[in-house]
Amino acid sequence: MTAKRYDALVFGGGSAGMAAAARIAAGGFSVAVLEREQELGGVLNQCIHSGFGLKVFREDLTGPEYAERFCEALAAAPGVDVYLETTAQEVGPAAGAERPLTVFGYSRLHGILQLGARAGVLAMGCRERNRGNVGIPGTRPAGVFTAGFAQRLINIDGYLPGHRAVIVGSGDIGLIMARRLTWAGATVLGVVEIQSYPSGLTRNVVQCLNDFGIPLFLSHVVTRIVGRDRVEAVEVSPLVNGLPRLDRAFRLDCDTVLLSVGLLPDTELAKKLGVELNLQTGGPLVDAGLQTSVPGVFACGNLLHVHDLVDFVTEEAERCAGQVCEYLAGEYELLQHRVAPGANVRYVVPNRYFPGRDNRFYLRSLVVKNQAHLEVRIGGEKVKQRRLPHVQPSEMVSFTLKPGELAGLPARADQTLEVSIA
Amino acid sequence: MARDSVYDVAVIGAGVIGAAIARQLSSYRLDIVLLEKEADACFGISKANSGIIHGGFHHGPNALKARLEILGNMMFDRLQKDLGFPFRRCGILVAALSEEEMKAVEKLYENGVRNKVIGIELAGRERMLALEPRLNPDVVGGLHAPSGGVIEPYRFVFALIENAQANGVELATGFEVAGVRREKGAFLLASADGRSVRARYAVNAAGLYADRVSVLFGAEEFSIIPRKGEEFLLDRGAKGLPGKVVFPVPTPVSKGILVIPTVEGTCMVGPTAVEIEDKEDLSTSQSNLEVVFAAARRLVPSLSERDIITSFAGLRPTLAGGDFLIEASAKVPDLVQAAGIQSPGLTAAPAVGEYVKDLLKKSGLTLEERPDWDPSLPEVPRIRELTPFQVEELTRRDPAYGEVVCRCEGVSEAEIAAAVRRGHRTLDGIKFYTRAQMGRCQGGFCTYRILRILARETGLAAEAVTKRGPGSELLGAEL
Repeated sequence: MTAKRYDALVFGGGSAGMAAAARIAAGGFSVAVLEREQELGGVLNQCIHSGFGLKVFREDLTGPEYAERFCEALAAAPGVDVYLETTAQEVGPAAGAERPLTVFGYSRLHGILQLGARAGVLAMGCRERNRGNVGIPGTRPAGVFTAGFAQRLINIDGYLPGHRAVIVGSGDIGLIMARRLTWAGATVLGVVEIQSYPSGLTRNVVQCLNDFGIPLFLSHVVTRIVGRDRVEAVEVSPLVNGLPRLDRAFRLDCDTVLLSVGLLPDTELAKKLGVELNLQTGGPLVDAGLQTSVPGVFACGNLLHVHDLVDFVTEEAERCAGQVCEYLAGEYELLQHRVAPGANVRYVVPNRYFPGRDNRFYLRSLVVKNQAHLEVRIGGEKVKQRRLPHVQPSEMVSFTLKPGELAGLPARADQTLEVSIA
Repeated sequence: MARDSVYDVAVIGAGVIGAAIARQLSSYRLDIVLLEKEADACFGISKANSGIIHGGFHHGPNALKARLEILGNMMFDRLQKDLGFPFRRCGILVAALSEEEMKAVEKLYENGVRNKVIGIELAGRERMLALEPRLNPDVVGGLHAPSGGVIEPYRFVFALIENAQANGVELATGFEVAGVRREKGAFLLASADGRSVRARYAVNAAGLYADRVSVLFGAEEFSIIPRKGEEFLLDRGAKGLPGKVVFPVPTPVSKGILVIPTVEGTCMVGPTAVEIEDKEDLSTSQSNLEVVFAAARRLVPSLSERDIITSFAGLRPTLAGGDFLIEASAKVPDLVQAAGIQSPGLTAAPAVGEYVKDLLKKSGLTLEERPDWDPSLPEVPRIRELTPFQVEELTRRDPAYGEVVCRCEGVSEAEIAAAVRRGHRTLDGIKFYTRAQMGRCQGGFCTYRILRILARETGLAAEAVTKRGPGSELLGAEL
């Protein structure tokens, strides 16, 4: 068995893992990336549409182009080993405080690897919620796909999943797949959304549905999937006062159902490591430096919380990696205080803050509101307020809190920072 | 199947009953064919089985099914040793939540005692909570049957059939018996697709369609009523899962909605019990979710809908009277009926195999033991059950053991390729054989990889790969 030791291991070679590994290597540390697929890039490789990189590169790139920039950076970085087609399958017991991580990587190419490291970065991304998670009744025929799986079939494997499709959920992948299926020659009969507003970005509703005349059924649910061997139809019912009105159901004859009903952080390895999870995000609980409850194990990207834009993932992963470098150098900042979501806020990441440094926060609103305000309080005292023209749960909000903004605060026992939307 | 010779026995239906009968008969010098209308074995009633090895207390000693349940239960340790399927005697509890329910539990206990169930005990509240700390603390008492357990039903069926095949039994899938003629002292069984086989004896183990098959033979007329059961599967590692199978006090039509910690670490809750007409109706409904969870949480309050990874429905093949119908046909010589085998059919299956063998013998079939009969199967390596060091040994032989295809359940490419080579050529067949696609992502991440392996191993085009047989092709077209 090949045994190797590194300063850090990065789990996942998608957008978060690549950015983190490059930044750790730039800090002068040795790092290994474990990636299941044959190539780095993760889900970016199947996102052949554009819209990536507007913030990070100030360019409009496709997913593969965006990934390519980081592949190149990693290839040029010294001290990085990339293990492709390798799954971090088993996590061994900690071999003392100096080596908190022992991981067994399973691979066809490399055999079984035993990798040790002083630090780890969880960057496994997320997975799609599926039919079972949302409980769509009916039969269980072929032709029901998660949207991301269908995207992969079309864009990488070269297969059309079906000819007449209904898309359940108006998340971004679902919207993009409505357009992609139409371009590939399939008919998209509609997108069915349980909420009264679309759950993807507005630009995607315009560019992927409106431009193609694809109907969006808001406040509707699929109440039945029909078909023995292959999907034959779905029944769609309007939602009235939160309940499906089956008496007003209509039928859409189709052979394919795509589910775009949300993403969940893929935390299996995190659980094996004993990392504590945040019920609101589904990802790990992290401190101000994005370190999990297991010392030396950090988290970033969609594994930490599901982002709207890859640019934010890159930014978060680089910041996380900077903290990993400090940790490896024995300079990790321990002076931190608690962060809590306040009114109208579903979650805030991270769950602690550095009182003496810049802090970057990401949050999601619980409400849809125009002319809203973001309010930050410490121990009940307002330290920051910002106007938000429009908030909705599907659009992430971010802000930076600078040490200067905390200057002059009286010393108090409760230093909890609370973020709310008013 | 162009075969001139005549089989000694044709077993119709490759569910758990047909499989157990075929394997039992494979220990004799007989030519046997096992006929299955679906694309793979275990694709009918058995695939939705709850996977419980019952404790022998639900039915009184006068029922045939109770006798076979007790006998069958006791055969599983040996079977597991020989065939290596997942099985654990985790024990079964029946929880009473009122003094009135406790009276019903006492009746079950009497059944158990009269059936001579080993180790069965009546338990008070403290004992029940000690046996299963996750039980509703309002439990007043109950029943404990330590000989009850859980099993993976598909692996059991596949193991029986593989072992039967290793001992000479032929399996014909996609063979739907559509016509039966008596010709030169043998049955001529014609399939809907034009194939035919001849056999001197036949066993009707056709499950939901046993009534139709009986009519094709010109034998007894009876009616199999499907009774639908809907089940919900909870993720492994979910909080609050019990360690023992927990039953409520039964109703007149079913054993009730129960909580089943599966042998593979997930948890099933269900099933409902609704008589329906359509033998193909495997649809699920929204209202059952609420019914099932309310009932399950009454037993184990810590269960959560948040942990559901899938739901599915299965059909029980019920007969008027409720007992199994296992007898030589009174109308048609050389035909044995094995019909109406609902719960506890899985538990009883090995005993049904012996019982049917005896009926065939009484009907004149000569049984001569095969000296070379091998009751065991070689172990199939599964990486999720092995340490990294053991997996490394395997990768030296075949590097594909290092390729993890199904991340949720830990299934390697080598295991999937082995399943295809054993004849499991559909996505569902591979799922039931290997567990790939059965975990929390329900195939979202691994299906494209399985498609690729299936296409490579079978030479099929990817568009020809099906979920469960013709008509269920997964892909629309190549771009």
